[in-house]
Amino acid sequence: MSNTNPLLDVTGLTKHFPVMGGFPFKRKIGAVQAVDGLDFQVAEGESLGLVGESGCGKSTTGRLITRLLEPTGGSIKYRGQDITHAGRKQLAPVRSEIQMIFQDPYASLNPRQTVGKIISGPMEINGINPPGGHEKRVRELLETVGLNPEHYNRFPHEFSGGQRQRIGVARALALEPKLIVADEPVSALDVSIQAQVVNLLQELQRDLGIAFVFIAHDLAIVRHFSERVAVMYLGKIVEIADREDLYDNPRHPYTRALLSAVPEATADEVPSRERILLTGDVPSPLNPPSGCRFRTRCWKATEKCATEAPPLVQVEGNREGHLTACHYPEVKETVPAPRLSKDPGVTA
Amino acid sequence: MTPPTPSAAAPLEVTDESVEKSLSPSTTKGSESRSPGRLAWKRFKRDRTGVISAYIVIFFFVIAIAAPLIAKLYGKNPYTTYASQRPELLDAFSYPSGPNGGMSSEFWFGIEPQLGRDVFTFLLYGIRTSLGIAVAATLLTTVVGVVVGVTAGYLGGKTDYLVGRIIDILLSFPSTLFFIAFMPVVYGLFVAPDENIPTSLRAISLILVLSAFGWASIARLLRGQVLGLREREYIEAAKVTGASPKRIVFKELLPNLWTPIIIQSTLMLPAYVTAEAGLAFLGVGIIDPTPDWGVMIQRGAQFYTEDLTFMLFPGLSMVIFVLAFNLLGDSVRDALDPKSKR
Ligand SMILES: Nc1ncnc2c1ncn2[C@@H]1O[C@H](COP(=O)(O)OP(=O)(O)O)[C@@H](O)[C@H]1O
Ligand code: SF4
Ligand SMILES: [Mg+2]
Repeated sequence: MSNTNPLLDVTGLTKHFPVMGGFPFKRKIGAVQAVDGLDFQVAEGESLGLVGESGCGKSTTGRLITRLLEPTGGSIKYRGQDITHAGRKQLAPVRSEIQMIFQDPYASLNPRQTVGKIISGPMEINGINPPGGHEKRVRELLETVGLNPEHYNRFPHEFSGGQRQRIGVARALALEPKLIVADEPVSALDVSIQAQVVNLLQELQRDLGIAFVFIAHDLAIVRHFSERVAVMYLGKIVEIADREDLYDNPRHPYTRALLSAVPEATADEVPSRERILLTGDVPSPLNPPSGCRFRTRCWKATEKCATEAPPLVQVEGNREGHLTACHYPEVKETVPAPRLSKDPGVTA
Repeated sequence: MTPPTPSAAAPLEVTDESVEKSLSPSTTKGSESRSPGRLAWKRFKRDRTGVISAYIVIFFFVIAIAAPLIAKLYGKNPYTTYASQRPELLDAFSYPSGPNGGMSSEFWFGIEPQLGRDVFTFLLYGIRTSLGIAVAATLLTTVVGVVVGVTAGYLGGKTDYLVGRIIDILLSFPSTLFFIAFMPVVYGLFVAPDENIPTSLRAISLILVLSAFGWASIARLLRGQVLGLREREYIEAAKVTGASPKRIVFKELLPNLWTPIIIQSTLMLPAYVTAEAGLAFLGVGIIDPTPDWGVMIQRGAQFYTEDLTFMLFPGLSMVIFVLAFNLLGDSVRDALDPKSKR
């Protein structure tokens, strides 16, 4: 495998959920355009952050990559192998290499199974017999994720949220994956616990060389975790860039708005970014706006934005690999603040 | 705009890991596990009503199973008409000549009017028949209901739609009325109208008809449960690791369905006991001379103005059994599903 070949290559990935209705016979009356034409790559050992407001299609993207959902369009290639429509049997060899960590630590562990069974299940399914047996491996994994290996006989309800999430991590690790899709792995956890789990994932990424698709709803956590960040809005990627580029030089108005909501890293940092408060609701993915999907909330929207969907390209002033989908990209160090809907006073 | 600090995890203060660890259940020692089942058992044992009801129910099952043995030790059987050899047991009007329905050290629960059978063994065997039919019907109903409900819920789509409509139709039937009308039809399928219907056929038909109308409610319940569980993340987690549908149903779904299954069947069994008795009472279930709870009550109803004792034993014992079993069912539900407690 050459270095230029990405581990995961997603092109034009689309998922429309049909909406059924009508009387007396149900028929398709519309489609939720949850994910609409995503293009991105993940290199081996790389961590890609996927950020966007709730409902913009992040989880759907994660479930498409792990093939829990069937894409309606586009393609997913893993190590050059097309897995877009692969069935359960065809997926089997790839299954163990792409794992997932779920958002809700309370729903992601079967309450009727012991931790040992939960973690050894994946090995059983895939016929993996580690030297020393399943139990030994489970103990090792528990230790890896920072849990007491003696707890393998316990049930999920005996653990706290953070510990449960660690069990979920151990389960994902049991198959020695190359890629882990982490769907908001810490947003259900107590703030004080979040950092521990993020640090654990970071260690795993570094030590085991696992690539991550790290899903989050704000830019704060991704900043510490992902080398590359993609910002999603209503089923589309609006901006994707290396971490430094994105945080230093956000070109898309939406990225800029999101970034303004990120709390400053340290208090003594000089002028605080102006808080851009987005007005209005996210439009329904059932009937997204024409042209640029962000235009209903964008303070720079023009006629062109309504008619022409901006392509995701390297706009002028972007560095290599920094793509933005906007007709009028933001310029770095713009002194005049956005004309509309700014609210410097808001901190919450 | 300020550049972000590249240092990782700067604002994400790492809290003391031991804090989180100490939240772990330190109450359980070593690797002793507190399985959900064991917790339910502990809750159940604290419930006095439930425990007493359980003893009563177990008592009934023991005497039903041991009926032949008890009858042997007692030295009588439910079929012999003792009065035909010893006419002095009944008076001129064919009622027991002794007081209290002829209760004595020889006939513990007295003697049946007219035929003079032994009430004690008749009741024992009656309980045996009734419980046997009710248990068999409950098992069959549960198996059919679980299979249909889980399949419909897991597969969804057209299967689910079709099954859902069948369930709706079945549940909208007036089942009691239907039993009465339908039982003779079922018998007619197997034997000619002028032939005698063997008891085993009656029992099997009862079991089949009760189950045919009973499975719908449990199937509907389980279908709903599976629809909810199917979307749970642990099911998705199993799928991501490549689990087969069979494994998902048996290892991931079923263990989480035992609670509603057990609750439903413990509530179903007493209902079947009364239904079976009701059908016997109406003459479309088990009939005399086969000992049966319902048959006894039916005969008792003919004589109760003159001989209340004969009505009392089957009536009271059934009330006690059904009440105890229903209370047990409630306790089981509270133990398995503490959130549903009223
Ligand atoms: N199974 C589904 N059927 C119909 N619509 C769905 C389904 N799953 C998600 N959606 C819709 O797709 C959109 C994106 O959802 P999701 O990917 O969960 O967003 P996110 O994870 O970013 O919050 C939402 O509008 C949601 O309502
Ligand atoms: S394309 Fe137009 S509407 Fe969309 S983000 Fe850019 S300026 Fe705003
Ligand atoms: Mg989500």
